[in-house]
Amino acid sequence: MNRFAIADCTSVDAALSQLKDGAVVKAGGVDLLDRMKDGIEQPEKLVNIRNISGLRGIHETDQGLTIGPLTTLAEISDHPLIRSHYQILSDACGHAATPHIRNMATVGGNLLQRVQCWYYRSSDFQCIRKGKDLCFAFEGLNQYHAIMEYATCPSVAPSSAAVALLGLNASVELSAAKRGKRTVGIRELYVVPDANPTKFTVIEPDDLLTAIVIPKPAAGTRSAYQKYGEKESFDWAIADAGVVLEMDGGICRRAVITMGAASPVVRRATQAEAALAGKPITEETARAAGQVAVQGAQPLSMNSYKLDLFPVAVYRTILYAAGQRDRDPGAAG
Amino acid sequence: MSDPSESRPAEGKNDSATAADSGRTGISRRGFLKGAGLTAAGTALLDGVQAFSSEAPGASTHGVTELGPGPVPVRLHVNGAEHTVQIEPRTTLAEALRMHLGMTGTKVVCDRGVCSGCTFWLDKMPVNSCMTLAIDAVGHNVTTIEGISSEGEIHPLQAAFVKHDAMQCGFCTPGMVMSCAALLERNPHPSEHDVRHAISGNLCRCGTYPKIFAATLDVAGVTRNA
Repeated sequence: MNRFAIADCTSVDAALSQLKDGAVVKAGGVDLLDRMKDGIEQPEKLVNIRNISGLRGIHETDQGLTIGPLTTLAEISDHPLIRSHYQILSDACGHAATPHIRNMATVGGNLLQRVQCWYYRSSDFQCIRKGKDLCFAFEGLNQYHAIMEYATCPSVAPSSAAVALLGLNASVELSAAKRGKRTVGIRELYVVPDANPTKFTVIEPDDLLTAIVIPKPAAGTRSAYQKYGEKESFDWAIADAGVVLEMDGGICRRAVITMGAASPVVRRATQAEAALAGKPITEETARAAGQVAVQGAQPLSMNSYKLDLFPVAVYRTILYAAGQRDRDPGAAG
Repeated sequence: MSDPSESRPAEGKNDSATAADSGRTGISRRGFLKGAGLTAAGTALLDGVQAFSSEAPGASTHGVTELGPGPVPVRLHVNGAEHTVQIEPRTTLAEALRMHLGMTGTKVVCDRGVCSGCTFWLDKMPVNSCMTLAIDAVGHNVTTIEGISSEGEIHPLQAAFVKHDAMQCGFCTPGMVMSCAALLERNPHPSEHDVRHAISGNLCRCGTYPKIFAATLDVAGVTRNA
């Protein structure tokens, strides 16, 4: 890891004043230190926001929930209110990485972690996401890569929290010394590689993610998240699904279905959502929704298994969200 | 996922603890290497130096304390004792413990938060010392494998690991013990599922997991045949 200076900050204003001249924000540091140890980033200055107490905590408001970006994944997954009313978020944060990492990794850092493509993560490969003109995954090893929306780069969205927060229609608050505050939806937070392969998110170098805002779910809402991986623990998903169901008695009034490991940016499976709207949740409707979730998918040379895995992930998570099934013992985490 | 191109050097394997210590000359191999390492690392007692600590607001200007990139004095609270070490901000807690404080019980294996061999407690919470900057441990209570025994008596869990032969090569053992002991601190009567969950971040290449479950459940008063 390269040498760096660090500005340890105890307030948001102090941190914002330091975000200049290439300084990089460090919160929990899990993904940033990983990239620095792998030599793919070598910032000369870090701005340590880890000790800003105001950026931590879960607050219930009239509109829903506000979560400080420094709240750890463990704190979110174990929180009684999130477990009872936002199960999708509890599931997603509670099954990321390992218990040890969940004790240190922040939800803001989980949202802003870089893609896990092994070519991107290796300093031996100068790929399109690092400003060069080549992608190694199209012709190379691509078994963990995208099956949809990947014209420029087939790396997949790595954040399980994003799959849950998109399902909950959450947004993030960004603050900058010069521009003040702005609010950005979870989907709009991410820049698709087709638009700009080196950008990853709309966050500018002087921006700080200062809050995550989740609207209150409609009455009768049930939700769940499940991920499937090669290993039971630690690994990122090879397929994952978030499901939010607004139920009216036995009928699904509205469904939101989200997928992470299918595309470079977290996505809503709108065809699967439409397949459930106005229908009862049954084995048959859930299976049908799972099938259309991968409609139009085009696998790469080594990942056609995802065409079978994603429908199962979506179908089982729909039934889990509806309370018709327990959490899948075959799911990872 | 592992990196197909990776050719990482075996970082963190410089510890001599896996080799048999020889006491024949009165100087053990482990003791000699640790002493040599400490001299090289230059661990000095930094009495009277204004160290980066939770009680040093004087160094802060408008909520900002600038550190590094060169070595700075940092005050750490480890196993109940205060230590001041002269380290660069990039120093991880694992490096500070092993190379600056001579506490080589904490093992570094993957150095990426994947294996949890370097598990320590940050205020009783098990986390990875390889992914924690030492400066982020300032103001917190750090507990390592050296700190869970008391007055020469090993921790009951360590005794249970011996009784159940819950180790083979032993390199993951300190991390396993720290994860399982943290579980017992917050839940004195865990189920096997709880133990499995608590060490779901700890990798044991030798596959000793069933004996680790048995040792932990034994301390919890649960009998289980491994």
